[in-house]
Amino acid sequence: MSTQQIIFLVLSAIALVSAMGVILSKNPVTSVLCLILTFFTIAGHYVMLNAQFLAVVHIIVYAGAIMVLFLFVIMLMNLNADIEPQKRNWLKYAGAISGGTLLVILVAALRDASMPTLQPGATDIGLIGNLGKTLFNKYVVPFEVSSVLFLSAMVGAVVIGKKED
Amino acid sequence: MPVQYYIFLSIALFCIGVMGVLMRRNAIIIFMCIELMLNAVNLLLVAFSKMWADAGRVDAAAAQIFVFFIMVVAAAEVAVGLAIIVMVYRNTHSVDINILNRLKN
Repeated sequence: MSTQQIIFLVLSAIALVSAMGVILSKNPVTSVLCLILTFFTIAGHYVMLNAQFLAVVHIIVYAGAIMVLFLFVIMLMNLNADIEPQKRNWLKYAGAISGGTLLVILVAALRDASMPTLQPGATDIGLIGNLGKTLFNKYVVPFEVSSVLFLSAMVGAVVIGKKED
Repeated sequence: MPVQYYIFLSIALFCIGVMGVLMRRNAIIIFMCIELMLNAVNLLLVAFSKMWADAGRVDAAAAQIFVFFIMVVAAAEVAVGLAIIVMVYRNTHSVDINILNRLKN
């Protein structure tokens, strides 16, 4: 077993266990911390797939910005207590069975597909120069549209979160 | 290493996210599960980008640009969604989604 496979297996195991921790833990703060661990392992996968710049951006955006926002909201609203009422247990089983069925169907559909093998060598598509050239040559219009999207999201968040008086 | 490994890992993460959305009733946890599903798709896109780069395609970086745009949309979505959750909590003093059934009937 090569080094890459060992790293892949370790990262995948940590990612799956912490993703289960997100949906199974009672405390929302524990869920947020498990999700941050999942994001770090996904960043490790990005590094192994030659997407180095994307891994750094992923850590900065997700672990640095989005998860801090979640933690802010949880601690600001004091949601640490287990406020989730536990009635209607069959809904939980129905959800688990539906998700498991989706998993089984997708795996069964893709198990026999013939796919190429990833080469262990490095490519330079994930470096910042290559990505920047692609972004600003071919995808410059979506880039500008996304700035408008950010502006509208910012204004929308302020308007929604404002206390009406 | 076969690209199937990454496909199966992404499927597993996505299905865990689906299970969380269906099982939990806390709005914030449901929101985090949506983030988990978005990240599973991102991982799949990056794996396919590497696959096409190995095949010698010059435009394999386009998949990573897609991942950038998914991150942009996710960040905007989180900002607006958390503002909505804060407003719901201010009005109902709960983030249980079963309270939000006023549009029923």
